[in-house]
Amino acid sequence: MTDASIPSASVPDGAPSGRSSSLLTLDGRVRRRNAAERRFRMYGIGAVAIGLIFLALLLVAIVRNGGPAFTQTFITVPIELVEAKLDKTGNRDLDEIKKVSTFGYKPLVVDGLSVLLTRNGIDNVLTKRKDIAKLISASAVGQIRDHVVANPDQIGQTVEFRLLASSRVDGYFKGRVSRESLARDKNLDAAHLDIADALMARGALDRAFNWNFILGADASESRPEQAGIGVSMLGSFFMMLVVLALALPIGVATSIYLEEFAPQNRWTDLIEVNISNLAAVPSIVFGILGLAVFIQFAELPQSAPLVGGLVLTLMTLPTIIISTRASLKAVPPSIRDAALGVGASKMQSVFHHVLPLAMPGILTGTIIGLAQALGETAPLLLIGMVGYIASNPPDGIASGFLDPNSAMPAQIYEWAKRADPAYYERAWGGIIILLLFLMSMNIIAILLRRRFERRW
Amino acid sequence: MYDTAVTEQTVDQTTTKISARNVQVHYADTHAIRDVDVKIEDKTVTAFIGPSGCGKSTFLRTLNRMNDTIDICRVQGEILLDGENIYDPKVDPVQLRAKVGMVFQKPNPFPKSIYDNIAYGPRIHGLAKNKADLDVIVEKSLRRGAIWNEVKDRLHAPGTGLSGGQQQRLCIARAVATEPEVLLMDEPCSALDPIATGQVEELIDELRKNYCVVIVTHSMQQAARVSQKTAFFHLGNLVEYGDTGEIFTNPIDPRTESYITGRIG
Repeated sequence: MTDASIPSASVPDGAPSGRSSSLLTLDGRVRRRNAAERRFRMYGIGAVAIGLIFLALLLVAIVRNGGPAFTQTFITVPIELVEAKLDKTGNRDLDEIKKVSTFGYKPLVVDGLSVLLTRNGIDNVLTKRKDIAKLISASAVGQIRDHVVANPDQIGQTVEFRLLASSRVDGYFKGRVSRESLARDKNLDAAHLDIADALMARGALDRAFNWNFILGADASESRPEQAGIGVSMLGSFFMMLVVLALALPIGVATSIYLEEFAPQNRWTDLIEVNISNLAAVPSIVFGILGLAVFIQFAELPQSAPLVGGLVLTLMTLPTIIISTRASLKAVPPSIRDAALGVGASKMQSVFHHVLPLAMPGILTGTIIGLAQALGETAPLLLIGMVGYIASNPPDGIASGFLDPNSAMPAQIYEWAKRADPAYYERAWGGIIILLLFLMSMNIIAILLRRRFERRW
Repeated sequence: MYDTAVTEQTVDQTTTKISARNVQVHYADTHAIRDVDVKIEDKTVTAFIGPSGCGKSTFLRTLNRMNDTIDICRVQGEILLDGENIYDPKVDPVQLRAKVGMVFQKPNPFPKSIYDNIAYGPRIHGLAKNKADLDVIVEKSLRRGAIWNEVKDRLHAPGTGLSGGQQQRLCIARAVATEPEVLLMDEPCSALDPIATGQVEELIDELRKNYCVVIVTHSMQQAARVSQKTAFFHLGNLVEYGDTGEIFTNPIDPRTESYITGRIG
């Protein structure tokens, strides 16, 4: 070996001579190896690029489809609250006023719109005069009635109302509805759109940010313009409270026991294997378990966020346990030795030293688990939280836990199911809100990890 | 310079602090320590030497029952600390470890302030009645650990920010803060550079005045420098135990001689 290297070292400027190889030329083997490495890098870059392209497409699709849900078209209509129709007796008796149903308010809307058109110098070109009301959401009469019941003294005056435009008119301004598509639509005519265009030009019709979408309740199938995600957001919030209050302490206590105290034997092995398996169980299985145990056996109320929270707790526990155990394992054993070496008990060493060091990992795991639970739909299907339409926000904390409600992902699913394309837009909008929640939870997880991370 | 000093040192007292009788340690099926009988003297530095895997660290850990934390480890025989068997079922290992402190191979300060590192032991054992007491204990311990002058201005800085040698002296100070009677050191200098090693060795010599010190070391020079008594372990057996000077200059067992002269291990 040494003999061979001496002559090759004496060759000047790497000129190849005999069997010895020069460092300046690559032999075939090295060239192939380098080529393989380059190919592998290309695969990696390709995979990352494909992933990024899909992510970008997803984000563009979500923002394009869901963005319009955050704005809504309103028409400001002067409505004369005619005393002869709303309060025949004239003594402003609230019970009497309440007897007038929303049906009785319809002519007022038609009159108000006619006034609006004349004031702006627009001709009512519709064949039937009262068809003009189709410009306005069916929810308008309810809105006016609520106002009248709240302010009976305004009867007899003309009040300006900012009313939701009907979903077709709204869709026209968002590009969802065209004159051609209305040919097959009995709800609105092209003539309506001419009027709407004219109103828009005169400033009586405007498009504004739709707080009701974020804060409001779901609406019936025929009034997509009125539907909001707010109440189901509260349902999700109460579920997350249940999950946090149960899954965090149970999960962390389980992990600490299994990781630090439990003897290594067949039973703990069995438990460990089962926890890992539970993490992979389809979520709908937890749903049917929740139905059988919490609703049929324990007789808890159906569709209640409490039950939803319990089911999601079951689903989140394995995630929290696995991540907590991983972060406990990551604490160097030298810290435990150090604590035991100065005479700390096992429990003191865990609670004074190991747990604080594992905290960032535990918190991250918990928040990721919560985020997962927040986006879960399938188990809610079986306990009746999908399809339930809560029309009012809960009255208080107890009612928040126990009254039937929906959840954000369930609400999105419900909207996506409905026929009206206006609901399709709502579903995408709901996804944006859900993603914002998930994103902020992940950011909180990252911040907490940064904040609590310590070096040793 | 230490080598010559060691041979001249005499052991001041000959009270036995720890005596082990017929100790066997098993890890599952492995017989890690066989029939060890040894009497460790108070106010003395006793060094355990031997090749890797000979059981010296295992035996050290039986002395304060750190082996209890390993599930598969079984200890048989008697280890008497001042005449009391520490493996008696009535003995609580936590109480024992307050009396028999330990310093580990790798410096392992808690990721807390220097002050809290020292104060932790006294706090959990209730050695200080108030903050002033605790301050006194912290200062005394840091002085004993020969690190007070370096850290007195930054007691609230993190202990993990110190250099390796300082961290190890901090750990020694932490171990003495609980007023132990015995200090066990498991290769305390193996992760340190020669200068830090020198400082720790000086400290060990200083600690001998107040404690019974048992040190496991890979370095025969270190054993010769710091210890008065040396025990040579080989394959789980205690081969030879005696005055350090005797072991290094005139070993009885041929295995000891081979190890010291570098033929085994």
